[in-house]
Amino acid sequence: MILRVTAIKLFRGLLTLLLVVTFVFVVLRLTGDPAEQLLPDDVDPLVLEHYRSVWGLDRPMHEQYLRYLASLARGDLGVSFRNALPASELIALRIPKTLELGITTFLVAVGLGVPLGIFAALHRDAWLDRFTMSFAVLGFSLPNFFLGIVLILGFSLHARWLPSSGHGTWQHMVMPVLTLATSFAGAIARFTRSSMLDVLGRDYLRTARSQGATRRRQVLLHALPNAAIPIVTIVGFSIGGMIGGAVVTENVFAWPGVGRLLTNAVADRDLAVVQAIVMLVAATMVTANLLVDIAYAWLDPRVRVGRGEGGR
Amino acid sequence: MSDVGATGAAEALAPPVSTPRSGASAWWRRLQAMPPSVRGAALILVVAVVVAAGARWMAPFSYQETDLLHRLQVPLDVEAVAAGHWLGTDKLGRDVLSRLLVATQVSVALALLGTVIGAVLGTALGILAAHRGGWVDELVMMMVDWQAAMPFLIIALAMLAFLGNSLALFVLLMGIFGWETYARLARGLLLSAREHGYAVAVRSLGASPQRLYLRHLLPNVMSPLVVQLSLNFPQTILLETSLSFLGLGIQPPLTSLGQMLGEGRDFLLTAWWLAVLPGSVIFATTLSMSILGDWLRARLDPTQRPG
Repeated sequence: MILRVTAIKLFRGLLTLLLVVTFVFVVLRLTGDPAEQLLPDDVDPLVLEHYRSVWGLDRPMHEQYLRYLASLARGDLGVSFRNALPASELIALRIPKTLELGITTFLVAVGLGVPLGIFAALHRDAWLDRFTMSFAVLGFSLPNFFLGIVLILGFSLHARWLPSSGHGTWQHMVMPVLTLATSFAGAIARFTRSSMLDVLGRDYLRTARSQGATRRRQVLLHALPNAAIPIVTIVGFSIGGMIGGAVVTENVFAWPGVGRLLTNAVADRDLAVVQAIVMLVAATMVTANLLVDIAYAWLDPRVRVGRGEGGR
Repeated sequence: MSDVGATGAAEALAPPVSTPRSGASAWWRRLQAMPPSVRGAALILVVAVVVAAGARWMAPFSYQETDLLHRLQVPLDVEAVAAGHWLGTDKLGRDVLSRLLVATQVSVALALLGTVIGAVLGTALGILAAHRGGWVDELVMMMVDWQAAMPFLIIALAMLAFLGNSLALFVLLMGIFGWETYARLARGLLLSAREHGYAVAVRSLGASPQRLYLRHLLPNVMSPLVVQLSLNFPQTILLETSLSFLGLGIQPPLTSLGQMLGEGRDFLLTAWWLAVLPGSVIFATTLSMSILGDWLRARLDPTQRPG
């Protein structure tokens, strides 16, 4: 059963990818003739014709679409007209740096948010709970570019403890990770809290308590596994937001990752690079959603047994 | 809606449309029932709306007027105040207060416009999906899933790259942002509201679908949609300011809070206020709206969950 559910999800994921690719193709063709955009305005019409036939732009639309799909399948994402390198190569150089930032942020946000949420739920309305909830609302509304700039003002320009930009040492990591992790830690803490509160009131916990289970055992063995599903959902959802946040954060701290490449490419209208990054993001999101679904099936016996497709 | 409280659960079961009681005393009672943080948030938002409405009238200078003799003046500094620049000036000697007012106007107006477009578009598609069902429903929900699956900032950046930056496209992007949350919510709410007795009654009396949805069903499911609107609004402001901060949104000579902050970033060492002032305004607005939205959501909790 778990296999069938996974297969359906995988199929849906691939369909999403195909939709993204099609969308990019349609928008790119709607914006005009790439040959005219790439060649100078005063170019000889014969030259224009020549490049049109070389690039296959004189073919019917459906044939162009199929050729486009075929070249994508070969891993050919086009050439950056900015520096004449294959877009895939440019991106591959940047991916490790973005992953470095993203994975560290992810670990910090989950490592901070989940315990904070659990403690807030266990000590409801105590100062820690209020602090956590205020932190969550603050983190959610504080624009990450502004947080980044305030951190630079405080820790780089004023106290001179940390470098304001660049990449290399652990000191370079501190502020970007803090900037990116704050809002996610807040959101995760908030969801963990409400889902723990929900579970703590259930019958099976009362049973565990009446059987004399220690507080620790109650929380870790009985409550947390049941509260885990909403937590996994919010963690999964936050990956999309984290990608968007990384684009901004990388720009604030001059972090040489994919996000900075993307904004530069958008400013230059370097379309090959932009479309390649869009596809990379789409593939990442599809994979992340698939992992969340598999985690569900693993965590929740009800999904494992059947009923994978819940009503919306 | 009437006071939520003891009657909350009863309201959830039977959905009568009660017209809001007007009159100053009702408003006053409602204001007193708010916790202080919510009152503060509401006050900040009222100020933001007033500023957005009257920015160009309130601004002491034109936001584009340069004054090269008074460049990078410190806020509340004697010299700056003497020249009339209460909050200092930027690299071209433009009055920061005036720019801040106009930037707030542009950012708030864009976010409002975007939120309204998104809410109307999303709700309309949600109604369509709920009413038609079948493949229309499938198509709308597929689009919803599709948009929810991609980080919107990436979609927006791609559209700006593919189509070139223009104000019209930018407004459109603000409108497309978040429509899927309204569509999903409206569809779910309407599907369950349709099964209520009053809806069946209206239908059996021969009301047209248009009348049924717009006059009877929609008013009854309005509150969760309004809450969603209040939660989406700060996100729309953040989208606009993020894009403008990156230099890919509002372009000079027009300004917005994000654009000001992006420009101010280059002067952190010499003129911190150029970044901190617009940043604080963004933060105050989004925080106030989030607090208010949370409060609204908590108040309406019993009726929140669609079936």
